[in-house]
Amino acid sequence: MVARRPSTRLVQLRYLAHARSGDKGNTANVGLIALEPAYYPVLVREVTPARVARHFKGMVSGVDRFELPNFNALNFLLHDALDGGGTISLKTDAQGKVYSTALLRMDIPVPAALARRVARP
Amino acid sequence: MTRTNGRTVRIAAGQGFWGDWLEAPVRQVRGGPIDYLMMDYLAEVTMSILQKQKSRDPAAGYARDFVPLMERILPDVVSRGIRVTSNAGGVNPRGCAEAVLAAARRLELPRKLRVGLVSGDDILGRLDELLARGHALSDMESGRPLSDIRDAVLSANAYLGMAPIVEALRGGADVVVTGRVTDTGLTLGPMFHEFGWSPDEWDKVAAGTVAGHIIECGAQASGGNLLKGWRSVKGLADPGFPIVEAASDGSFVVTKHAGTGGVVSVASVTEQLVYEMGDPRSYITPDGVADFTTIQLRQAGRDRVRVTGIRGGPRTPMLKVSIAYFWGYKAVGTLVYAWPEAFDKARAADKVLRHRLADLGLAYDQILTEFVGVDATHGRLSGAPSPELPEVQLRVGVRARERAPVERFTREIAPLVLTGPPSVTGFAGGRPAVEEVVAYWPALLDRGEIEPHVRVEILEA
Repeated sequence: MVARRPSTRLVQLRYLAHARSGDKGNTANVGLIALEPAYYPVLVREVTPARVARHFKGMVSGVDRFELPNFNALNFLLHDALDGGGTISLKTDAQGKVYSTALLRMDIPVPAALARRVARP
Repeated sequence: MTRTNGRTVRIAAGQGFWGDWLEAPVRQVRGGPIDYLMMDYLAEVTMSILQKQKSRDPAAGYARDFVPLMERILPDVVSRGIRVTSNAGGVNPRGCAEAVLAAARRLELPRKLRVGLVSGDDILGRLDELLARGHALSDMESGRPLSDIRDAVLSANAYLGMAPIVEALRGGADVVVTGRVTDTGLTLGPMFHEFGWSPDEWDKVAAGTVAGHIIECGAQASGGNLLKGWRSVKGLADPGFPIVEAASDGSFVVTKHAGTGGVVSVASVTEQLVYEMGDPRSYITPDGVADFTTIQLRQAGRDRVRVTGIRGGPRTPMLKVSIAYFWGYKAVGTLVYAWPEAFDKARAADKVLRHRLADLGLAYDQILTEFVGVDATHGRLSGAPSPELPEVQLRVGVRARERAPVERFTREIAPLVLTGPPSVTGFAGGRPAVEEVVAYWPALLDRGEIEPHVRVEILEA
């Protein structure tokens, strides 16, 4: 769990970003795209490779992160995520198509003022 | 035939993979003005499937759907002056090109059809010679040398870039049929041909690469599989596949035909751009290296996204080679358990099954159990399931190098219905099938070993 700082609230990533994922061999990639430009700096600060690795602990062997400020997006590589990948994998999601929404389950601390503006059902 | 500056060239996506929506190319050709139709058929493992088909029938080995599809659209293609680029040729581009010519003859078109045939990507017959001369063709992921699995190799093809497509278009081809040309090359080729760009204008190469990447998965750029605001995407029963309107300065607009469903937005294009992405600064193709962090997207009207600013760098001295080899066997069996305590019943059944497999002394490389409805897509992140779940599907997969243990596994699923936990159903499909596993081995090879062998021919009918 992420420690809560006094002026922040935990918000699930699904309310801050959209995402698409795919595969390259036994690695899954997740492109995480801020729903609003104002959310992007929060994603850069809080959705760190270490936190994503913890989120997927036991499911992946390592995480790399790349920044795409031009899309307000981050790209994550999740290594050894696909039970061998391609045709070898026995997983339902052998091509890593829904790692995208698995990442959106993560809670991150968001400044309280910004959290109040986030649209949630 | 270089067009003047200021004109745009319209390149439309017709297929995003082998098995994509069959109506899409027809609608692209008839639904509005386009100059080129590009159809991508080849995923990583497709080549090995095609190689297997060719070994059984020398006339096979290409994406067979392509020919009846071309037969449907050739009259429009010819009358509207549309040109087609496709890698449907697989491991038998000549067979594919000849089948298209035969279709053209059957149609009695108002003029002759010219088919450009690109070959030279297939290096299966040259593998031993290449290995003997010191090319290790090591697996890019594991680093193992190809000699470890040489006897199991089924197909080996180099990824070619746009050059042979440009040459075929220059030669007057109406339809260009290739083997393992990159998805992006099918879009780059028409752009370089039309604008007369030099292949070392790296920013132009990068721009065309990005354009190709955006449309190579078909409707995935125009509202299909779009997560952001998915409920508001209308008309997916008749999705407009994406179209690139390219300008001679390297900028382009992504759009779709008027009156079609789906949506072209910054969100739809961005989701496609991050799909299957590695390091965004270095998207490597045979033609150059594109920097995805330079791409600027702007909504420029309804279903129109303007793409500008793309920068890139020089091509690398190596070409990627796609090798497929025989790995072994796998099978997946499923059963459905009903309320109450559906998950507990499914879990108990999995235990019984594994116990029996162990008692039989069967060895597997992997046994994977998933509970569909509980954890199959998100694993432990899904949390504990409710005891009131209406049903759970037990899904067990096994793989092994030998056929026998996999074969025996397929006979251990049905007995669970009468010899395991209760409230079980969903076995209408019969015994699971044993599948052969063909695995993928990506490697690198010097350009100089490939490019002199690439050949472009223009055939007529």
